[in-house]
Amino acid sequence: MGTTTADVGLQRLTFTRKPDGWLTRLFDNKSFLVFLCMLPTIGLLVVFLTYPLGLGLWLSMTDATIGQPGEFIGFDNFVDLMSDPIFWMSVTNTIFYTTVATAGKFALGLWLALLLNHHIPFKAFIRAIVLLPWIVPTVLSAIAWWWIYSPQFSIISYVVVDVLHLRDTYINFLGTPWPARWSLIVANIWRGIPFVAITLLAGLQTISPSLYEAALLDGASGWQKFRRITVPLLMPILAVALTLSVLFTFSDFQLVYAITRGGPFNTTHLMATLAFQRAIPGAQLGEGAAIAVSMIPFLIGATLLCFFGVGRRKWQQGEAND
Amino acid sequence: MTISRRDSLALGAAALGAASIPIIGAKAAFDDVPTADVKPPEFKIEKGASLHMIRPAKFIDPDEVYWKKNTEEFTKKTGVEVKVDFISWEDLRPQLAVVANTGAGADIFVSFGADPHIYSEKLVEMTDLADYLGAKYGGWYPLALLYGQKWNTKNWLALPLGGGTGPVMYRKTWVNEVGYTEIPNDLEKFLDLCQKMQKNGHPWGMSLGHALGDANGYSEWLLWSHNAFVVDEKGKVALDSKETIAALKYATELQKTMVQGTLTWNDVGNNQAYQSGAIGMTFNGVSLYYSMLKSPDQKVQAMAADTFTQDTPYGFSKQKPMSAAPISAMLFKHSKYPNAAKEYIRFMMEKDQYGLWLSSCLGYWCQPLKAYGKMNFWSSDPKLKPFATALDSPFYDGYKGPISAASAAVIANYTVVDMFASVVSGNATPESAAKQAAKAAERYYKKA
Repeated sequence: MGTTTADVGLQRLTFTRKPDGWLTRLFDNKSFLVFLCMLPTIGLLVVFLTYPLGLGLWLSMTDATIGQPGEFIGFDNFVDLMSDPIFWMSVTNTIFYTTVATAGKFALGLWLALLLNHHIPFKAFIRAIVLLPWIVPTVLSAIAWWWIYSPQFSIISYVVVDVLHLRDTYINFLGTPWPARWSLIVANIWRGIPFVAITLLAGLQTISPSLYEAALLDGASGWQKFRRITVPLLMPILAVALTLSVLFTFSDFQLVYAITRGGPFNTTHLMATLAFQRAIPGAQLGEGAAIAVSMIPFLIGATLLCFFGVGRRKWQQGEAND
Repeated sequence: MTISRRDSLALGAAALGAASIPIIGAKAAFDDVPTADVKPPEFKIEKGASLHMIRPAKFIDPDEVYWKKNTEEFTKKTGVEVKVDFISWEDLRPQLAVVANTGAGADIFVSFGADPHIYSEKLVEMTDLADYLGAKYGGWYPLALLYGQKWNTKNWLALPLGGGTGPVMYRKTWVNEVGYTEIPNDLEKFLDLCQKMQKNGHPWGMSLGHALGDANGYSEWLLWSHNAFVVDEKGKVALDSKETIAALKYATELQKTMVQGTLTWNDVGNNQAYQSGAIGMTFNGVSLYYSMLKSPDQKVQAMAADTFTQDTPYGFSKQKPMSAAPISAMLFKHSKYPNAAKEYIRFMMEKDQYGLWLSSCLGYWCQPLKAYGKMNFWSSDPKLKPFATALDSPFYDGYKGPISAASAAVIANYTVVDMFASVVSGNATPESAAKQAAKAAERYYKKA
């Protein structure tokens, strides 16, 4: 049977080919084909990314309000924001919030990942549970945190005051600027840990155990193994996770909006919440867009810093690792 | 006796299916609405018309139950299908923005405050309908005129449907305990009352956090009771005044008599604290009273019986320094059936429908038309008294200036609230906070 088919195949090859039509030649052109295959993606990017981004940029340079299309006013919105103390407060808040929360998430997330990387009973089950804070819709967990931080009904206050009798009064978590900021950061860290932990755990599992065995034979301590094997090999995935985590944290909106809505007196406003407050409830679309656009340079800067600062490796340029 | 009446209405609300009971009971009551003999305008309903309306979600059940019921009556009578969506207050403004900017979606949008003024260019004028209703039902209250009509004209941008207000709600026993029979109008005495109540373990509480309704309402009371205001008649910012400084200093003293954490409260913060007995006084809408009244918990019911209401203290103001947030029906130009829409709103505002709805809402809504203020149910319970005249007030968001996008932006950005919050928490001096808030307000008024 096999030989017959091969023979038929050979016979086919002997047919003389007709000269190709222009369409065939066009489709044989590699550059054209590449372009054609990328068209759907370009279309998607234009519709879902470029257009909204462009519209945002345009709005930020108009005095549009909700209800009025507005006129082009150049950089007036941005110049205005420069002299707005609330805007600058939101900028410093955002930077502080992102830095501290990301650091917290990575410290605890890495720790959790290392713990989960050991052989423990019910491993799969525990790993699934760890993901919970990340799976629960943020708005729901935000409401839970709002109750936890309530000045009258907080479970923490209840335990501390009514059960343990360590304090006389309930804790005022969100009533003053610094405690409010720290409270929000704790909530954000809680929400962000699973993402970091599970991503890093995936990274840890790709590290070959033989490396650790070799280190064990060489008499390396636990810290040395961590420092010389785990950290360098985890770096690529750490860089990606860090970049994503910084982006999530920087543009966080739901937690802050649901818990404090920027209060007390704007001391917990992030750029995202302030942009929303000004643009939608406040109806100043142009100004809100300008605040949102102001986030872009920070986001690009943070991304570059994470990507190249932390994880500058040859694989990022498409080469193999040493 | 008042209790049984309230109970029967609550029951009626619960028994959605058994609609005949409340209708019969309520119908007889509508003879208490005095009307003038005025010929209704003829809105010729378009062929094949159907309507889509978006309105704020209920805070109390009868609001939705009887709104739907009246709408069904309209459909039965005219054959016009009306789809009504009840949207939570938080989502209202974003949705309104989408409807207005895309020119598609709901025909009628019910929103609150200055929204009709912000979207004025996209709205069908309601002057014919409003003039008719005003003539028939004894005229409109000042706040209805202010929010419904275009500034300084007689042209109606939208039709006010009702408004809610937040007077003082207090536990009578606790107020009596410290030697007061009612809430004093004098600011010094009011402070004294609060101090004594706090010493007795019953602090009061009002939000200065980012609570759109409560915190703005409280800080406006602080301003107006001191004769301070954000802008003057021409819309020029006049917040940085000695009256404002006095209000800020007064607020600082008052803050010390409050339960802790009021700077973090959102709009339900004071409701929760009041119902748990943590505070003995607050400013709130009638919904709080209503929810305690129908609580299955005997203890909470006893709290409701002990709860009394009164206008917010006048202070230096000659009229009650208390505004109301009216909701108004806007008819968009993109609607294909403007006549059907107007006829629908007219139907809903006539006494057989509006009287039923209003009396069932037990004071949650105050009527914009004066004749409805004469309805018997308002005097059935003395606790409803402050709510009966909610829209009879000269005060509004952005008081003394024109109602505009700027006045709405100052409210939405908590400019005045934050001024008070930063001072009462000791994070700013009254003088610097007033200056900064005036500057922030100017940013919006400059643009308008």
